[in-house]
Amino acid sequence: MTFVRYHVRHETLYQYDQVVGESHHLLRLTPRELPWQRNLEHHLAISPEPSARRSFLDCFGNRITKIHFTADHEYLEIISEFWVELRDRPKPSASAAKVPWETVRDRLRYRADRKFPPDHLQATAFRFVSTNVPIDSQYAAYAREAFLPGRPLVEAADALMRMIHRDFRFDATATETFTPVEQAFKARRGVCQDFSHIMIACLRSVGLAARYMSGYILTHPPEGKERLVGADATHAWVAVFVPDFGWLELDPTNALRPDLEHITLGWGRDFSDITPMRGVLLGGGDHEPEIAVTVVPEEEFASLYADGETYLEELSPG
Amino acid sequence: MEPEFTVAKQHAVIDILRQYHPVPDRFDELGSIGSGPKSHWRPLLQQLNLESVDSLNIRAQAVANAIAEDGVTYNVYEDPLGDSRPWEVDLLPLVLGADEWQWLSKAVAQRAELLDRVLADLYGEQSLLKEGFMPPALVYGQAGFQWPCQGIEPAGGRFLHLYAVDLARAPDGGWWVMADRTQAPSGAGYALQNRLVISRAFPAPFHNLPVTNLAEFFQGFQSSLAGMSPVGAESPLCVLLTPGRFNETYFEHVFLARYLGLPLVEGQDLTVRDDTVYLKTLQGLRRVHAIYRRLDDGFCDPLELRADSVLGIPGLLGAVRAGKVLMANALGSGVLESAALFGFLPEISKKLLGSPLVMPSVASWWCGEKPALDYVLKHLDELVIKPAFASMRMEPVFGYQVKGAERDALIKKMHAHPHAFVGQELVHLSQAPVWKGEREQPLATRSIGLRLFAAATPSGWRVMPGGLTRVAMDEGVEVISMQRGGLSKDTWVQARYTAPSTSLIKKRLQVSDLLDGERDTPSRVGENLFWMGRHSERAEGTARLLRAAFNRLSGHDQASEEALLGLQQAAEHFGTLPETEEDAVPEPLPGMLLRAVSDLKFPGSIASILQALLFNASQVRDRLSADNWHTLNRVGKPLSPAPTTPDQSIRALNLVLLDCISLAGFAMDDITRDASWVFLVIGRRLERLANLCTLICVPLFSDRFSRHAMLEWLLEVANSEVTYRTRYRRTPELLGVLHTLVIDASNPHSVMFQLRQLQKDLPEMGLKTGQLFPPDLGESLQRLQAVDLHPFERKRPDKACEALAELLCDIRSEAYRVSDEIQRQSFIHTRYSDRPVKPD
Repeated sequence: MTFVRYHVRHETLYQYDQVVGESHHLLRLTPRELPWQRNLEHHLAISPEPSARRSFLDCFGNRITKIHFTADHEYLEIISEFWVELRDRPKPSASAAKVPWETVRDRLRYRADRKFPPDHLQATAFRFVSTNVPIDSQYAAYAREAFLPGRPLVEAADALMRMIHRDFRFDATATETFTPVEQAFKARRGVCQDFSHIMIACLRSVGLAARYMSGYILTHPPEGKERLVGADATHAWVAVFVPDFGWLELDPTNALRPDLEHITLGWGRDFSDITPMRGVLLGGGDHEPEIAVTVVPEEEFASLYADGETYLEELSPG
Repeated sequence: MEPEFTVAKQHAVIDILRQYHPVPDRFDELGSIGSGPKSHWRPLLQQLNLESVDSLNIRAQAVANAIAEDGVTYNVYEDPLGDSRPWEVDLLPLVLGADEWQWLSKAVAQRAELLDRVLADLYGEQSLLKEGFMPPALVYGQAGFQWPCQGIEPAGGRFLHLYAVDLARAPDGGWWVMADRTQAPSGAGYALQNRLVISRAFPAPFHNLPVTNLAEFFQGFQSSLAGMSPVGAESPLCVLLTPGRFNETYFEHVFLARYLGLPLVEGQDLTVRDDTVYLKTLQGLRRVHAIYRRLDDGFCDPLELRADSVLGIPGLLGAVRAGKVLMANALGSGVLESAALFGFLPEISKKLLGSPLVMPSVASWWCGEKPALDYVLKHLDELVIKPAFASMRMEPVFGYQVKGAERDALIKKMHAHPHAFVGQELVHLSQAPVWKGEREQPLATRSIGLRLFAAATPSGWRVMPGGLTRVAMDEGVEVISMQRGGLSKDTWVQARYTAPSTSLIKKRLQVSDLLDGERDTPSRVGENLFWMGRHSERAEGTARLLRAAFNRLSGHDQASEEALLGLQQAAEHFGTLPETEEDAVPEPLPGMLLRAVSDLKFPGSIASILQALLFNASQVRDRLSADNWHTLNRVGKPLSPAPTTPDQSIRALNLVLLDCISLAGFAMDDITRDASWVFLVIGRRLERLANLCTLICVPLFSDRFSRHAMLEWLLEVANSEVTYRTRYRRTPELLGVLHTLVIDASNPHSVMFQLRQLQKDLPEMGLKTGQLFPPDLGESLQRLQAVDLHPFERKRPDKACEALAELLCDIRSEAYRVSDEIQRQSFIHTRYSDRPVKPD
């Protein structure tokens, strides 16, 4: 079985115009342990030194680092670095891949006195309206082209992913972090977050369960160009619940099923559940942070960070 | 068994009841249809028959007056512009018999226990969902479910502490549950308020029934909060958390906080450190063990719940998760405020309690199930359509009232989002008499609903023997809404025996009740007084400065122009005028000065400063006398409409100054000198000290010729003309002016005077707040005392001027440092850091 290893560096810097006396932050920057993903080493550098630091799992099982400052500060710098190892993700069995989508929809529906298998109940948590994802007939209508009667769920979901990739344009200027999904849906453009929210809205609007996946993706520098530090970004994609299999991941931004190039931080019902950083400041005002993300395959690590500007060292062989 | 009436009295009763006309197809609380009034109404009806309509109207007036007076007493923040309707209470209470009450209280206690267990299940193992006892949509599909609260085991072991239920009585006399209030139920305080007033209006029937007392219920609630909270060896501190004075039931929060003896706090009064909740007081941080909250779930913690909440306490959920604070009710309990749940409760009751549900819920069909949706659509005319969840903004719709296009739109919406709707059977509410006071028709008939309350105690649920009877607005109206105010009734429950009367309200003050006011003053109070001091002093200084400038605008001689130039510089340093950037074409001075008076968009303008002042004052309004408050409200009035000429400006500024001087008087003479007062005084002094330094530096930093032209306005703006004139009796000269404004310890407008006073006030603040090392200005004072004025006798004292200016700049920085330090130590309780900036 093949595996690949990546080094990820995610830097965030807030510079406040006014002194902040007290602030709290929740960080969701630790990659999840998964059957196909191993978190080999993780280092979280926080400056200035927080007055208190705690770590716990949220209700979706994502690791949260909670930090609290009670002394004056005018900046906050967070550098998350980790080594991660990916293997091939499992694929739905032939029989799981044949189940019509309507069957799945009906199995997720409540019937009085019918017990839910634990995985089905867990899936229903991702079947309803959430903070950023509405349920509406317009999404169901759009999805109808993919969700033909009797079509297997896996096939229909793949088709929906390709439709979104076909119909929507990637446009980093079209939306902002909190632009409502409706707006991106109408404009037919946006970024990975919008595409994922739209796809989730479609899946839920036809009665299926869908998750928002947060993480990173390996990018390929243009032909003939060198890989640069800070040239990447966080990424988002989608997972749909397939009975007798689990969660099938789909990346509508790139029209592919994530495999050896998608690194998972965690998941939630939508972006709001899995924001990498969320905080409350007393004073300081609202500030856009400077963010730099670098994903590098193990074999390129030494040349990219030749001047040794990382917290984690190169992995020892094997 | 109905005891028999004597013939004479029966006549009398019939007299008053002759005016009462209950509708036959509804239940009548009085029982006047058929067999005659029930026995527990008898003492009240007898009293009514003994009196004339006029004398009863006098009682009704006394009731209205008492409510109005208490409104004045409790609703200290009443906003004249707010749409707060006065609370109205009917003269006639609703009376419930002892047997019926026994059944009702058991039924309510059972439901409270059931809902508490449902919450524990939903936020815990979710067996109800796993086993199909209730649909996941009722939990995951609504905004009331607080996802981050999953897995939390609440301190004290319970989710519900205070529960309220809305009941209606059907024509057959049976009670039905109309709604559950599990989050932060309101009304218990209003019920208590009604009781205090109505029991005084009818002392005899109150005593003769006898009516069960409410005080024990509140005592039980209060001591249970303390007893169930995670106190360890400490003595418990419970607080009442309010969203603030703009909440429609703020009156009740103030009332209950006083009655229960709990500090009334807002989110910003609390802070979480190391997963522990603290109250910020001027005396330091005080651990909070229990929070009786009136703030909705989502707003309680902007860090983990609604990020847009400005009313909550960042990090609260961490403290809850750590079991360090009891929340009444637990965060997330709003999930049960849903009529969609009703249909599932009977089976859930059997599963969780092992017993059937005693009191039924009104028949409700949650449309999320296909057969239910079909039924509701088929029987639309017989049903009320309601939102399934409390978080949805939608008014109930009577099916028979919607016709045509409106009906089609409703049906379409129900098809699109079936799980958002509930169809509910129409209940014909019971009816009771209300007092109208008209001679021919003293009584009217109104539909009523009953809200009952239950409190968790270590020995089980205790139901308030009474409640809030809510009355429909008009005859024949079936909807009772009491979002703000509205008519209510006291609710009398017949006691089985006469209990000794107890009340949490002491009849008279005792010596032990006398407060010295030095403990637990919320930091917010000190902070607002401090900024009130700084803003009022700043307004006064700015007004003098601008007035001096306007006075010199019309002069065309060189002296006026030079003076004006200096004033402009001073105003720029003050922040009153926007500093003109280099190379930019400056706006003409007259226009800028006018903006500095009344432009609210410009933060340095007098209008802006006064607005900030009024905000600070409104936060501490209960500490200000009526005269002080009146002056605060008046001080900005001359600025609107905005003056458009220098003359108008001067007149307006004169008026503002007069009020500023009154405020200074109030500050010194009109406010209780407790721990918070000293912050007002220090705020004023620090501001004046900094402003004086700024002003004096302007001529000191100028060249010799311009300097001389600035002395006159300097004395004027520093309000020291009289001091100088009586002392020196000559035109302003540098040496004399500097002595007057810098060194003269007897002039309250001198740097020396303010520094010396601060060196007395700061230690006093330290003493009153228990700070071992209060901020100190000793070094500044020493340096000032060492100033030698002899060099200023020289003809060209430029070096001395520069040295003094530097000292004054340092003193001003010191004043700001002290202000920051006070802010940190006493108000926000954080630490100083000498390296707040990112290192390179």
